[in-house]
Amino acid sequence: MSRFPSALFVAALIGSTPAGAQPLNLGRAALPEETRAWDTSVRPDGQGLPVGKGTAQQGEEIFQSQCASCHGEFGQGVDRWPELAGGLGTLKDDRPLKTVGSYWPHLSTVFDYINRAMPFGNPRSLKPDEVYAVTAYILFLNDVVKDESFELNDKNLATIKLPNDAGFFDDDREVSEKAFWNASPCMVNCKSEVQITGHASVLDVTPDPKTAPKVE
Amino acid sequence: MSDANSGALLDRRRLLGAGGLTLVGLAAGGARAQSAPDPLITNIQPWQSTEGEGVDARPYGAPSAFEKDVVRRNVPWLTASPISSVNFTPLHKLDGIITPSGLCFERHHGGRAEIDPAKHRLMIDGLVDRPLVFTMDDLKRMPRVNRIHFLECAANSGMEWRGAQLNGCQFTHGMIHNVMYTGVPLKLLLDEAGLKPNAKWLMLEGADAAGLNRSLPLQKALDDVIIAFGMNGEALRPEQGYPLRAVVPGWQGNIWVKWLRHVQVGDQPWETREETSKYTDLLADGLARRHTFVMDAKSVITNPSPQAPLKYKGRNVLSGFAWSGRGSVPRVDVTLDGGRNWREARIDGPVLDKSLVRFFVDFDWNGDELLIQSRAIDSTGYVQPTKDALRKIRGVNSIYHNNGIQTWLVRASGEAENVEIS
Repeated sequence: MSRFPSALFVAALIGSTPAGAQPLNLGRAALPEETRAWDTSVRPDGQGLPVGKGTAQQGEEIFQSQCASCHGEFGQGVDRWPELAGGLGTLKDDRPLKTVGSYWPHLSTVFDYINRAMPFGNPRSLKPDEVYAVTAYILFLNDVVKDESFELNDKNLATIKLPNDAGFFDDDREVSEKAFWNASPCMVNCKSEVQITGHASVLDVTPDPKTAPKVE
Repeated sequence: MSDANSGALLDRRRLLGAGGLTLVGLAAGGARAQSAPDPLITNIQPWQSTEGEGVDARPYGAPSAFEKDVVRRNVPWLTASPISSVNFTPLHKLDGIITPSGLCFERHHGGRAEIDPAKHRLMIDGLVDRPLVFTMDDLKRMPRVNRIHFLECAANSGMEWRGAQLNGCQFTHGMIHNVMYTGVPLKLLLDEAGLKPNAKWLMLEGADAAGLNRSLPLQKALDDVIIAFGMNGEALRPEQGYPLRAVVPGWQGNIWVKWLRHVQVGDQPWETREETSKYTDLLADGLARRHTFVMDAKSVITNPSPQAPLKYKGRNVLSGFAWSGRGSVPRVDVTLDGGRNWREARIDGPVLDKSLVRFFVDFDWNGDELLIQSRAIDSTGYVQPTKDALRKIRGVNSIYHNNGIQTWLVRASGEAENVEIS
């Protein structure tokens, strides 16, 4: 019997990842109040939404005082801060404008992001009713709802569809880019001539002028 | 130099033949004759005649004052505010495969959080049998691992989709670092909580002012994800998520949630801002790929490059990094003639899974213009594509996942420029 434990010990020493067969008995049970406090991430089906409500009209007031200095009075964006509205139908354009209305697939994402990270400079300061109201106003700015008296709440949020909800598909690179798996790339005499087609020095944006296109 | 490639790869005999030419702005290569004794050798220097600082002067060390330019840099026009922005690793000043902690690029969405580890909690809840709360002390009593992995922002090289734009590998490729992490396999924590049968996705959430949250497929979590508290042998740096971050080997940096406080288990993705409005890849037909987690194989020559010109004819060292999110990179090819001819680079140092590898081409330069490129070939057989090959499939509005082959034009002066070629 003495050989068996010692062989196990050696295996454990050279094993690459610790096994979790035995309970570690570390940590403690999370209390219901604690899980409730942190389970605030909102899914497209509405899981995680707090009870609450707000109209687009109520949201406009909050938006103009707390959001418009960066996002613009109509959600058009100020300087390099993000546009929130407009751009519908531009995704195939040379310069697409990606906003809540033109690009975002789920309204739950808007609520979740405002609730956790906005307004920039004072995050987690809005009450649930205020987040519903601002989210409703962003729908209004994007013409998803036309009536400013529209009320958004925890019951109807998951039922509202955004224009580009069908605009996404799962990563397919291993199929659509299969040609990049190439057993024998060319090594010798791969092309006859080489032309320079573009120079970074022409743009001269290293490291700081304001002329270059922005990235997100 | 036994390969059959011609191009600008020179052998010793051709170099000696060119040795009599006048060099413009470049020091001659090779062993130089000295006409007068070097005073740096014959005179006593100040650092010999005065004692230096004692061991109490710098309890935590810092680089030499002569290395003051080796720093992270940002590009102010990229973003509206430095609080939600990025800076770049000075790749051209590094060697080996490990990025020094203080040079690892930073990307924050709500600024760098400063968290007292005694006040930090990690909660695991959702579809588990036992929702649990861990302190940092709890985590440090668990079995832990050390792993070296690269972290690359999905937007690395994102400014280059429409053409050569930024002059310097720090800016074109510097949203990457490679670090040895210390931490607990996430699988151990999930086992401790007990997964419900319908568990499929996790939500990772940070404790910073952005409360950054991302959905992670359970399968990846069980495979190789680490909840890390250490980097390069010491605690995580605050800008890298102190006291706790997710390490998601081979996957885009945004999902390596920093200041990690919460792992919620669910049966579907949360579709957060960072996985819908951002970090989705818009294609030319107006549809967008989502959940593009894996970083494709990629490489870049860091020396020479626009920030690191050639200074000498004759003997030189060409060097760079390669990496793949799908495995290791056992092979890197280099061309000096714009892709007419390629040769295998010499890889030095560890070739690890989902880690940077370091490659070299030791070469002689006669002062001719060079068009230099590298291409990574990973352990799955994926060959790093040209930028045009990528554009043909993806268009130019993807922002993310630009892993195309980088070209530097090295002029006769030794200066290098970011260019694109046919």
